[in-house]
Amino acid sequence: MTPPVLHPHTFGQPHTFPGKLIIVEGIDGSGKSTQLLLLQKWLESQGHNVFFTEWNSSELVKETTKRGKKTKSLTPTTFSLLHATDFASRLYHSILPPLKAGMIVLADRYAYTAFARDAVRGVSPSWVRKLYSFAVQPDLAFYFKVPIDVAIARLLGGTRGQFKYYEAGMDMGLSHDVTESFRIFQTRILSEYDKIVDEYHLTVMDATKEIEEQQDDMREVVTQALEHYKHRRGGYGKRATVFWRRFGVPKPK
Amino acid sequence: MAKGRQYFGDGLAYLNPSDLKGKLIVIEGTDGVGRSTHIELLQEWLEVQGYGVITTGWTRSSLMSRTIESAKEGNILDHWSLSLLYATDFADRLEHQIIPALRSGFIVLADRYVYTAFARDTVRSGNPKWIRDVFGFALVPDLVCYLRIDADTLALRVLESNGMNYWESGMDLRLGTDLYDSFKKYQSLMIEEFDKMAEEFKFEVVDARKPLEEIQDFLRAKIQPLLRQGPRRELARIPVPAGTADPSPH
Repeated sequence: MTPPVLHPHTFGQPHTFPGKLIIVEGIDGSGKSTQLLLLQKWLESQGHNVFFTEWNSSELVKETTKRGKKTKSLTPTTFSLLHATDFASRLYHSILPPLKAGMIVLADRYAYTAFARDAVRGVSPSWVRKLYSFAVQPDLAFYFKVPIDVAIARLLGGTRGQFKYYEAGMDMGLSHDVTESFRIFQTRILSEYDKIVDEYHLTVMDATKEIEEQQDDMREVVTQALEHYKHRRGGYGKRATVFWRRFGVPKPK
Repeated sequence: MAKGRQYFGDGLAYLNPSDLKGKLIVIEGTDGVGRSTHIELLQEWLEVQGYGVITTGWTRSSLMSRTIESAKEGNILDHWSLSLLYATDFADRLEHQIIPALRSGFIVLADRYVYTAFARDTVRSGNPKWIRDVFGFALVPDLVCYLRIDADTLALRVLESNGMNYWESGMDLRLGTDLYDSFKKYQSLMIEEFDKMAEEFKFEVVDARKPLEEIQDFLRAKIQPLLRQGPRRELARIPVPAGTADPSPH
């Protein structure tokens, strides 16, 4: 008897699930999460079932990553493998089921984040790509391109106020100053992203534009991509619609 | 040391392995074949001869052992996550334990190595390629000894000692209706994988049903040629106080 085989997805080929996978990429401070949130609001207002998932959020490895970061014992390779584990777990639990059910899945960061970051940390770029070969190819991948100074200004002036140790690449010993380390590290990531945009044909967004302008651009691209998408809803959604149609308050004469 | 030390695949791009002068010796085999007993005896034998020895074992890294334990309790792992957890544990031990020891000239005795991960993932996915890519950062060992056993004998041994558990029985694969059937089928598939790898990676195979002393002699005979050659200094014996029995065996 042969063991059950999970679908051997090959990253680089379109998936065949009824749902749609839309992802955003960009460095910290590019505004990608804001844009994805606004897109989610809009899709939901249109009656779509939307499922949201974000980088490094699975219960399975969150604790471990935290522990590793605290003891500063993570190496570029274990750092990379932990993120791949998180990704695999989320793919299995949060991405594949809704895609199979025909939902729209929104992902804040995807495998490309690993391709960019891990390469800068010094692991072999071809190895990271092989690691993620089981990933599902997104239907749409946005890259929010932003100059480093704009990102830094946003992060320092915004709610965060300071940089996190690993996000600033402090583990790489680039500079003792956190802001300076962030600048060097994220600049290198930006140039990795530029390569990835070409390699995987990501849709580049001008992240220096006003928020609502970017959102309009994004919604336009998404509308086109969803042209042939048949959206499905659970029973509850359907009943609500029918209910209002049948028992809606009659318009005053 | 003609070719120097090598990685399986892409390797650790930031680390040159050529100056790792110690020896990496792997003892492989399915659950319950007696690997740890033999490793203990080998360590004793080597240390008596004056060699520095460290042992390293599957899922024993400080970073990952707790995570893997709790993940296994959940019983709902997909094969990618499970294999990547093992890979993370392995990488942590490789970089923090194995490589520093090899650099200092220790003999590293590894209780299981990447081959265990290869077998477990291939049995679950049916595809040997991905898992070999994942472990492309691992060092090729100097010697792999494989303690081979058949599924029937193994089942008896495991029942006599710790009993069968969920993961050793591959219950996640739903191969049989109960623990025993599942254990037999799962371990047979694992042994099949190991047999294929024995050829692919040139394992030294020993029958794990033989008496313990015989197996130990086999392992020592395989390890001996790897040890530092040439004459070592003759040391004077420390005189034994009168009235004490001769401590040396035989």
